[in-house]
Amino acid sequence: MWQELFDELKGHGLIVISVAMDSRPADPLPWIEAAKPTYPVLIDRDHRLAELYNIVNVPQAVWIDEAGRIVRPAEPAGAYEGFRKMNRETRQVPEDVTRVTAQARATYLDAIRDWVRRGPASEHAFAADQARAHVPVPTDDSMAAHAMFRLGQLLIRRGEADEGHRVLQEASRRHPESWCIWRQSAGVTEQGLAALPDFWARVDALGEKRYYAKVDIKGMP
Amino acid sequence: MITIQSDLGEMTVERGQADGDALWLSAQDAEAATGFVKKPEGLCKGDLCVPLPPGREAAFVRGAEVNVAGLWRHLGRAVARSARGDAWVLGEGARDRAAALETLEAPDFTLPDASGRMHSLSAHRGKKALLVTWASW
Repeated sequence: MWQELFDELKGHGLIVISVAMDSRPADPLPWIEAAKPTYPVLIDRDHRLAELYNIVNVPQAVWIDEAGRIVRPAEPAGAYEGFRKMNRETRQVPEDVTRVTAQARATYLDAIRDWVRRGPASEHAFAADQARAHVPVPTDDSMAAHAMFRLGQLLIRRGEADEGHRVLQEASRRHPESWCIWRQSAGVTEQGLAALPDFWARVDALGEKRYYAKVDIKGMP
Repeated sequence: MITIQSDLGEMTVERGQADGDALWLSAQDAEAATGFVKKPEGLCKGDLCVPLPPGREAAFVRGAEVNVAGLWRHLGRAVARSARGDAWVLGEGARDRAAALETLEAPDFTLPDASGRMHSLSAHRGKKALLVTWASW
């Protein structure tokens, strides 16, 4: 989805920088090989980007203007939590939910187009105080979790996998909102992680609550 | 040998003493790992000087050694250590990070692509940047 948008808007001064929250650098390679994107795709084994911008999941995005100023802080990038309504046996999502998911994505992409073409005049480019008000504020726990996460990765890299994984799990306990940290501290199965009972247990723990705050773009579900 | 990761990168020191929450390093290693040096005003890095809390100086400086983990916590920054005390991450503080984000200046980063080539956000100044996360998981 980003390649198409990049092709459409690169002539208008947009760069897409895609960052994989993958601690095992080989994991994202098949995706990169298959998609052959023409914008930079980076690999963030230590989740440094998440630490710097207080990002908790994928896909999230940050809009940055020509002067290096944050125009929209970290927020879900056109994602809608439709998978939560998935039938867990058939893995089918009801049609009305699929429609809302498509609407979320289209609305978000249109907002990007408008910002790239119109800059600060776009209603989707936050003014400074608006942008500040939307910054997801880091906490002592989230920062401690990121320090632990980096320690866990360091230990795993130097061959101390048992302790490394223990530290990652502790990091996830300290900062449970971060699915990025949890995903790398949980086991991986052949069927993909979404099949894991743990995944659905975490989804169920949200109850009726939204995971993300509603994205502040007109028309977003 | 103790491996230390801080905002200055990762380094290994030959000598150092991990003692509970404290990590004592020689003045030289402390400077290499964190940039902080002992001055009459306190522990300083560039323009930033952290006065030692009166009566608790010994928790931060003893002889020519500096407790870098103690200094980090005193600054409100996160510290993580391995059980054996041979690996330490001197992380960031919530207050510092919140203040940095408050400026709206996009934090710069340098990360590798699949071929190992390094890319920095700041290299794209002059363009609008859409920073997006994804993952194989």
